[in-house]
Amino acid sequence: MGMNHDMIGHVYPPSQPYLVTAEKISAFVKALGDTNPAYADGTVAPPTFSIVVTMNAMDTAFHDPALQLDYSRLVHSDQKFEYLRPIRVGDELTVSASVEEIKPLGTNEIATFKTDVFSGSELVVTGWSKIVVRGPEA
Amino acid sequence: MTLKISDLSVGMELPALALTFTRADLVAYAHASGDLNPIHQDEAFAKSVGLPDVIAHGMLTMGRAIQVVTNWVGDPTAVMDYSVRMTRPVVVPDTAEGSIVNFTGKVAQINDDGTVQVELGAVFGDVKVLGLAKATVRLAQ
Repeated sequence: MGMNHDMIGHVYPPSQPYLVTAEKISAFVKALGDTNPAYADGTVAPPTFSIVVTMNAMDTAFHDPALQLDYSRLVHSDQKFEYLRPIRVGDELTVSASVEEIKPLGTNEIATFKTDVFSGSELVVTGWSKIVVRGPEA
Repeated sequence: MTLKISDLSVGMELPALALTFTRADLVAYAHASGDLNPIHQDEAFAKSVGLPDVIAHGMLTMGRAIQVVTNWVGDPTAVMDYSVRMTRPVVVPDTAEGSIVNFTGKVAQINDDGTVQVELGAVFGDVKVLGLAKATVRLAQ
């Protein structure tokens, strides 16, 4: 049994607002081991900081019973971000996640989720996450 | 010194980076990112689901690979898009040395609009851990 193809095009309600603080940026930068002086004052977030909010929004989708996705067999295979502007301290981020694609790949299934990240009404970054749900072992 | 598009040529290599991944790094990344999946922290759990050991978050590897670009450009907000395929995991043993991943980049395309596409590489041992990794940056003319 695979994912529910009727969910292609489904748009999830916006996520709860996430306030970007200097502490959250600094913890992320430190965990990356990134010593770029541009991050020293915690005002601008690194390019992949977006995943903090997009992954959380996708988790809601992954666990949606209507999607029929076997979370225990899920692997995150591809990630893409397009930036309209960097995420900055003080941004209140919400994410609109949608199911862009579901299709078979051999015995596996792949799905692409699109995540639009807004600060207020301004679109700041769009992410695409492709996942593979491994089929039954042969 | 500001990097200028007129100084670049296709095929030019960016300064490479060798970065260490330790278990402590994975714990820090788990908390900073909110990805608390035990395959990135708990050796017994990782092995129980068929992995050789604890593995790094693919997004940590992605977040480190772009440093080749942002260190080169200086300004991380010059990045306009960034994409990767997570082809293989970075396995992280419980040792002080951890695992070393070698990150590389080269200029793949110079566009008329002042943007540059960089192709990135990430190799752990002799295994490519990222594929199709590329970023577009905007530079001064």
